[in-house]
Amino acid sequence: MKQFLIFIKKEWLHIWRDRRTLFILIWMPIVQILLYGFALTNEVKNSKIAIFDQSKDEATRAISNRIAASRYFSLVKNVHTYQDIDSTFKQGKIRMAIVFPAGFRNDLLHGNHAQIQLIADASDPNTANTLANYASAIINDYQQELNQHQDLPYTIQVQVRMLYNPELKGAYNFVPGVMALVLMLVCAMMTSISIVKEKEIGTMEVILVSPLKPFRIIIAKTIPYLLVSLLNIASILLLSVYALGVPIVGSLTLLLAESILFTITSLSVGILISNTAKTQQTAMFTSMMSLFLPTLLFSGFLFPVENMPVPLQVISNIVPARWYFIIVKAVMIKGLGFASIWKETTILLGMTVALLGVSIYQFKTRL
Amino acid sequence: MENNKVITAKDLTKKFGDFVAVDHISFEVEKGEIFGFLGANGAGKTTAMRMLCGLSLPTSGVATVAGFDIYKQTEMIKKRIGYMSQKFSLYEDLTVFENIRFYGGIYGLQDEQIRQKTASLMKQLHLEGEEKTMVRSLPLGWKQKLAFSIAIVHDPAIVFLDEPTGGVDPVARREFWSMIYDASERGITIFVTTHYMDEAEYCDRVSIMVDGRIDALDSPGNLMKNYGVNSMDEVFLQLARKAVRTAE
Repeated sequence: MKQFLIFIKKEWLHIWRDRRTLFILIWMPIVQILLYGFALTNEVKNSKIAIFDQSKDEATRAISNRIAASRYFSLVKNVHTYQDIDSTFKQGKIRMAIVFPAGFRNDLLHGNHAQIQLIADASDPNTANTLANYASAIINDYQQELNQHQDLPYTIQVQVRMLYNPELKGAYNFVPGVMALVLMLVCAMMTSISIVKEKEIGTMEVILVSPLKPFRIIIAKTIPYLLVSLLNIASILLLSVYALGVPIVGSLTLLLAESILFTITSLSVGILISNTAKTQQTAMFTSMMSLFLPTLLFSGFLFPVENMPVPLQVISNIVPARWYFIIVKAVMIKGLGFASIWKETTILLGMTVALLGVSIYQFKTRL
Repeated sequence: MENNKVITAKDLTKKFGDFVAVDHISFEVEKGEIFGFLGANGAGKTTAMRMLCGLSLPTSGVATVAGFDIYKQTEMIKKRIGYMSQKFSLYEDLTVFENIRFYGGIYGLQDEQIRQKTASLMKQLHLEGEEKTMVRSLPLGWKQKLAFSIAIVHDPAIVFLDEPTGGVDPVARREFWSMIYDASERGITIFVTTHYMDEAEYCDRVSIMVDGRIDALDSPGNLMKNYGVNSMDEVFLQLARKAVRTAE
């Protein structure tokens, strides 16, 4: 046991002495959270629009005012010809244009078939869709108010309630995503690099000749990174609660326990990589390619897994981050208990046991 | 334990598939002896040494190290041997003292023992006051001496040195060999592989491996006499020319 502690102490000194890496390890999650939280948001806010009002009546003004006043849009230009709309789009000044035909109010009140055209820049399809939906919703609102005083024979009112995230904040999705990404990277990459480094400088040979058991060597090498990861989890959670306003609805203990499980999964992946990599660079690139991208693509963090082609969905099943992402969302955002995530937890646990077993077995036999 | 035999090997063999890396080697090493283990690259030296250190299991044959069986008692063997690799294997980002504490610690030395050892080592290596120096800022020759001192910090019965003098200048090599002699006088058996044939002449006995077999084993003097030459270099060349196998 004392030998074990001496080993951990030494490992800690390596991390502590390499200030630049330590700095990156501690700041990476913080910077990521802040970036995703404040800069790289995919929420639609203050999107620039132009209005082409050929009618200029009471009704078009009312609708224009409502749209311009909403937090989703900001009116940057009133245009007067179709060519004008075209050139404004080409200059990239607006994302959507709203066109009212001449005689709008007249059509609305007497003809019953008033039309509005929404022209959106669909080079970014998701945003275009969202903008069109928001604008339609505002217009529908107006229409309902007009109808308020009349008794229409048949009306269906749709009431939408956004569960778990009523304000539709992007943070509710990316905080779990960043947690998965950071833990995977810190643990797997740093562990694999630190093990491969010992092989490179020849100290691994000497340690293996010593009475220390290979199993203990591996565990001792990973424990300091487990601690760094806990620090990262803490900083991500603190930031998300206090800076981004994403509450931890469910049990903090459960969330931490699941995070530790995922950390161990990532550490085992790191050991596995270190078994095949000969140089620190290889270890780093292998970690990047085999972890960073799959975690980003297949965890469901950026792209919903359900929308992927079936073969990709199958691949996503073997990405540990996918299950962790589901778990964090369930516990942290939806406030669900263990009963609803036992399946994901079991899968993650199974992966961890398998990875750890294989990696330690390989570590022993390769040396 | 056979009285004075620290290492005994009989028909020790290691096969990797069809490839016979070590082919029925037999030898004995006595307590306090400086035993040179020579051979061209790929001759099987490293594989043989790894089996003796308990890092890999032989395919067949028997061997004991420090009186313990290399199949079943690797745990016991590991406590009684020291090992120094050609890379010196020190942690450059740790201080001299931290290196000693780490390696001493994993061999189970107590804090007090480590403190005493450090003090005497510093004196012996003329490194007094350098305990807190980062190893990366030490000259290569000192790193080498420090690595050797650390390899025997737990007073092992045998120390295995894998090409321990690579890259250091002749003066440092000479000083290093005088440390080896000191250790051997204290009763530590030295098992050393080297490429430098002048160093082979410092050994009490040398074995020369060719294609996985031990083709010659005797004192350097006898070997030179038997082969009718004046230096170990020529003995080695005569034997190595017969090699069929080339280095990996």
